Amino acid sequence: MISLNVNQKAYQVDADPNMPLLWVIRDIIGLTGTKYGCGVAQCGACVVHLNGEAVRSCVTKVSRAEGQQVTTIEGLSANNDHPAQVAWNEENVPQCGYCHSGQIMSAAVLLRDNPNPTDEDIDNAMAGNICRCGTYLRIRKAIHTAAELQRKEVKS
Amino acid sequence: MSTSNISRRNFLRAAGLTGTALCLGLYFPASSKESEVFNAGDEEASGIELNSWIKIDKDGKVTLVDHRAEMGQGSYQSVPQILAEELEVDLNNVNIVFARGDKKYGNQITGGSSTIRGSYKNLLKLGATARVMLIQAAANKWAVPATECYAESGHVIHRPSGKKFHYGELVETASKLETPKNVPLKKISEYKLIRKPLHRQDTPLKTNGAAVFGLDFRLPGMLYAVVERNPRLRGKVKSFDDAAALKVPGVKRVFKVQMLVYSTIREGVAVVATSTWAAMQGRKALHVEWDDTGFEHLSTAEIYSRQNQELQTKEGLSFRKVGDPDNLLKNAAKKLDVVYETPYQAHSAMEPLNCVAHYQDSKIEIWGPIQAPDWVQDFITTQFNMPKDKVIVNMTFLGGGFGRKAFLDYPHEATLISKEMGAPVMVVWSREDDVRQGPFRPGISYRAEGVVDSGNISAIKFRMAGQNLDHWQGGKKDKANGSTTEGFLEPYFKTIKNISFADVPFETPIPTMWWRSVYASTNGFAFESFMDEMAHAAGKDPLDFRRQYLPEDRLQRLINKMEEVSGWKSREKNGGYGVAMTECFSSTVGQIVKVSKTAAGKIKVDHVWAVMDCGWYVNPDIIKAQVEGSILMALGAATIQEITFKDGLAQQHNFYDYKMPRITDMPPIDVYVMDNAEDAGGVGEPGLPAFSPALTNAIFDLTGKRIRKLPFDMNAV
Repeated sequence: MISLNVNQKAYQVDADPNMPLLWVIRDIIGLTGTKYGCGVAQCGACVVHLNGEAVRSCVTKVSRAEGQQVTTIEGLSANNDHPAQVAWNEENVPQCGYCHSGQIMSAAVLLRDNPNPTDEDIDNAMAGNICRCGTYLRIRKAIHTAAELQRKEVKS
Repeated sequence: MSTSNISRRNFLRAAGLTGTALCLGLYFPASSKESEVFNAGDEEASGIELNSWIKIDKDGKVTLVDHRAEMGQGSYQSVPQILAEELEVDLNNVNIVFARGDKKYGNQITGGSSTIRGSYKNLLKLGATARVMLIQAAANKWAVPATECYAESGHVIHRPSGKKFHYGELVETASKLETPKNVPLKKISEYKLIRKPLHRQDTPLKTNGAAVFGLDFRLPGMLYAVVERNPRLRGKVKSFDDAAALKVPGVKRVFKVQMLVYSTIREGVAVVATSTWAAMQGRKALHVEWDDTGFEHLSTAEIYSRQNQELQTKEGLSFRKVGDPDNLLKNAAKKLDVVYETPYQAHSAMEPLNCVAHYQDSKIEIWGPIQAPDWVQDFITTQFNMPKDKVIVNMTFLGGGFGRKAFLDYPHEATLISKEMGAPVMVVWSREDDVRQGPFRPGISYRAEGVVDSGNISAIKFRMAGQNLDHWQGGKKDKANGSTTEGFLEPYFKTIKNISFADVPFETPIPTMWWRSVYASTNGFAFESFMDEMAHAAGKDPLDFRRQYLPEDRLQRLINKMEEVSGWKSREKNGGYGVAMTECFSSTVGQIVKVSKTAAGKIKVDHVWAVMDCGWYVNPDIIKAQVEGSILMALGAATIQEITFKDGLAQQHNFYDYKMPRITDMPPIDVYVMDNAEDAGGVGEPGLPAFSPALTNAIFDLTGKRIRKLPFDMNAV
C-alpha cells in the first residue's frame, strides 16, 4: 500500500511502486482530468503539481509521490476560478481541450513564480506543452490576462 | 461515470423538415452532472422513438442536441448557437448533449467540414418551428391572437398585458399542436446569437478536468487492453509467447485479434488487464513472431522515386480538361516543368486512439472519441450480425480527430476484444501505435507544366501521383481520384483557356486515409506554388495575377481584403511576402505570409494574414480559432513533420521523432472573416491548405529559392 495525498485527500493505493503517477491517478484513484499524451515526458498533457512544482506524471513513479502533496487539475481550485482557469475561459483558449489540463497546470506554476511574465518567459515556461489544435496564441494571451487578474487579486 | 436515465411523460413526433423531424418532449433528467456523458439516445431506453434536437422539461429546462462530434472545431457550441437563436432561449442556461449514432439525425460523419454547412438550414427551421408552436400554445392558453405574443429567453410574453409563461409551462400544449410549415426565419440583422463571438459552452469543462474524453470513460468492471499490432498492415501473427506477459500482475488474458482496416485484416495480439499500465507492462513482456512475407516492404525513397518516375512516363487518368494544353506545351519555345513533393503524415491527435466496447449477447454498446457514430453503427451491425437498433454508439468529447477518428478499425477491434472477454473493455492505443500504424495522409508527387505567353497563362497541365483513398475504399481503379482538383479554385477553369488535371494511380501496402483538409492539404501546395511560379514567369505581381484570373466579385472582395490588411501594396520589393488562395469544402481562404531571415540565417515567419470566406457563419471567434489552428498544423506538416518508411515500417515513434510545433513556433496570425450571406461553407479545415504555399512563396520572394519539396528545414534555406 502506498499513501498518497491528492488534492488534499488521503488515499491508500495498492499499486506497483514503479507504476507512473499518471496511471495511479487515472485508473486507480479515478481522477481523469490528467491526460495521457505520449508517456515519455514529451507533451505535457500529464502535468500535475508535486509539492507545488510541475512534474510529468507519466514518468514520475508513484513511489516518488508517497507522502507528498499531489495536485491535479481537479484540485487546482474549488470553482474553476484559479486565475489561469478564469483567463482560459475569458480568452476562449481550448479547442479539443485535451492538452489544457496540462497547459493550465504548467501556467499555474509560472504565474506563481513570475507574476508578470513576458512573452519570452511564457514561451520558455510553456514550450514543454504541446497543443495539436494550435491554441498557442490564446495560451500566451490568457497567461497575460491571468497575471493581470492575479495582480488585481493581490491588491484587493 | 454513468449515463443519465430519462423517463418521458409526453412526446410528439412531427414529420417533415427535409428528412429530419422536430419533437417537443417532456422529460426529467435524473441527475445530470456536468461530467457525465449524457446522450440524447438514452431516451430510447423507454422504447419510444424520438426524433429531436430540442427537448424541454416541465420546469422549462431546455436540452439541445449536438448531433456531430466535438473534436475542437466547436460543434458543441455552434449547433446549439443556431438552435437557440431561433428558439429564443438563453444559451448559457441549456443542457447540451451529444446524439448517439442514429439515422434520425441524418448524416453524422463529422468530416469534410460539414457540420454547419450541412445542417444549418434545418437547424434554423427546427428552432423556429418550436418557437412558433410554443407561442401558439401560449396564445391558446390565454385565448389571445398569437400575433400579440412573442418569445424571449425561454418565455412567451403577451405584449398587451405583459403576462408570461416559461417554455416548460407550454411544452405539453405545444406538443399537441400540428407542426406549422414554412415558419418565418429571422433576418441576419435580427440575430442575437448567430454571428456573435460567444464563449464556447465546453470551455469550462475543459479547464477543470470535467470534460469526458474517450480515455476518461469508465464502466463498472471495465478491463483495459493494449494490442501489439504489426506496423506493416499485411503482416500476420506467426506465433506468440505470452508466458511472461501473463505473469505481470493485473494481466488477465492474451490472445490474437484481427480487425479490419478497409478490407484488409490487420493482426495483433491483445493484452487485457485490470489497468492500462498493467496491460502496457504485459505487452512489453510479450514476444510475437510475425510473418511479413507476400507483400512489398517499401522505403520512402522507393515510393517517391516510383511515383516521380510515373509522372514522367504516364499520362494518367484524365480528370478534367479545358482546351488543349498538350498541344501548346509541345509547341512552346519555353515552358515550366516542375515536380512538387509532399510527405506522408500521421494525424497525432493529442488523445491517442481508444475505444470502449461492451459486447453482450443481446446488444453491443460503444463509447469513444468517434467522428462517425452512424458509420460505426452500420459497420458493427454488419460485422457482428446484430440488429441495428441493438448497436448503440456514443460519442464522448474527442481529444482531436483530424479525420483519423472517422475510421472504423478501432471500434471494431474494441468490440472483438470485448466479445472475447465477455466484459466491457477499453482499448488504449499508445502514442507509438498512433504515430506508426496509420492509416496515414498519403504523400503525393505532382508534375506541373505551364506556358506563359505575353504575360498571360497560355496552358497549365497538372498530374498527381500518389495513393488514392477511393481505391482503399474499393473504388474503381480505372477512374481518376475524385479529389484530383481539390483545393483549386473553380473559376480558373473559365479564365485559363487550356488546363488539364490527371491522376496517375499509385498503390503501396501502406494504408492511407483522409487527414485534415484531405487532398487540398497537398494539392494546394502544388497548385499555389505553381501559380506563383507562373506569375513570376509572366512578370506579374502574384496577387494581381490571381485577381486577373479570378474575376468573380466575391473573390475580388477577398483579394482586396488580403491586400488591404497585409499592406501588400506598400511592401518592400523582395521583402519576404507570399500569397496563396485555396478552396476547400465550399470555403475560400487566402493567406499572405511575411518572412524574414534571422541573423543566424533561419527563416522566421513574421506574420500571417488569413482571410476566410465561408459565407453564412455562426461564431466568428470559433472561425478565427480554427484558422489559427489550421495554420499551425500546416506549418508543422510543411517544416518539421514527415512519416518516412524503411523496410515497410514507419520510422517515427513518438513526439521526439515526429515533432509537433510548440508555442515557440507559433507565428502572429490575424484572421479576417468575410461578411456575406452566401451559403455556408466549411470552417474546420479550409484554413489549412493555403498556408504552406504562401510560406514557400514568401521564402522565394525573400531569397529567390523555390521550395518544391515538403517538409523543408527553416534553419537551412
